[in-house]
Amino acid sequence: MSEPMTALQGDSFAGYVTVSEDEPRGMIQLRGDLDSSSLRDALQAAIGCGVPDPLAIATGDRGAVAWMSPDELLLLTSPDAAAGTLSQLSEALGDAHHLALDVSDMRAAIRLEGAGVREVLAKVTPIDMATMTPGTFRRTRLSQIPAAVWLSDERTAHVLCFRSVGRYAFDVLAISSRKGGEVGAFQGFRAPH
Amino acid sequence: MLILDCPYCGATCDETELTAGGEAHLTRHGPGSEDVDFETYLFMRENPKGPHFERWRHAAGCGKWFHAARHTVTMQVFGTYPAQTVEPPQEILDRISEAHPGWSWRSYGDRT
Ligand SMILES: [Zn+2]
Repeated sequence: MSEPMTALQGDSFAGYVTVSEDEPRGMIQLRGDLDSSSLRDALQAAIGCGVPDPLAIATGDRGAVAWMSPDELLLLTSPDAAAGTLSQLSEALGDAHHLALDVSDMRAAIRLEGAGVREVLAKVTPIDMATMTPGTFRRTRLSQIPAAVWLSDERTAHVLCFRSVGRYAFDVLAISSRKGGEVGAFQGFRAPH
Repeated sequence: MLILDCPYCGATCDETELTAGGEAHLTRHGPGSEDVDFETYLFMRENPKGPHFERWRHAAGCGKWFHAARHTVTMQVFGTYPAQTVEPPQEILDRISEAHPGWSWRSYGDRT
């Protein structure tokens, strides 16, 4: 098998927030009836968590599950677990109307680290970053492209976008985090609970 | 700046996360219909200076089409509601009547 090439080939930029390509992930798109017990059970068995609420990302012992739309989830696993998780899901869902697809190579993943992650994102997305908490998953606009954003803790944010615009997203975030560009908009900010 | 709450995912959406879909609650007249109905369906639109009903799509988010009622001058938003309906919910009509007595839009309005 050929060597997998990530979208940004491990690039990173050290601004007042560090922008770097996120660790490689397995990603599975799952569409179906999110209220059905067959999908719930299959998800529990495959990832170890339930269906997340709208605008949320849930974590299980074998990965995470993000809410994409009323009939779509995105499953995040370790890179080598994607194929196995997919076949497990497909088997569990059987004849139930659904779509499960390995989309690990479809998106670019970027990680932001530092005290200013809320501010760097607030500069380039219309999200009210004051309402974001770890566990919130928000699809939005990042400058001129669609992207998804979530926080894993107060100092770490993750961005997903289509691979074809991965370089654009990285550059936008690098410019937004350039040293000297600090605004201090979230100074003294206390995260909501 | 127009801010609408998506009724499907609950996100507070900036106008730039949405795609405008034009006037809401149109009745489609397709092949085989009377010319006058087809013309009305294709071309005739409200152009209110006041409350208006529109279709919007949460394009940079969950991707769903929904409906919104807003004032075209003040940008006051009276509410958003799912696409699976042929007419505005009564609570939104009531909210508009409260804010703008005597308003009208097609067959809807405050007739008190
Ligand atoms: Zn939405």
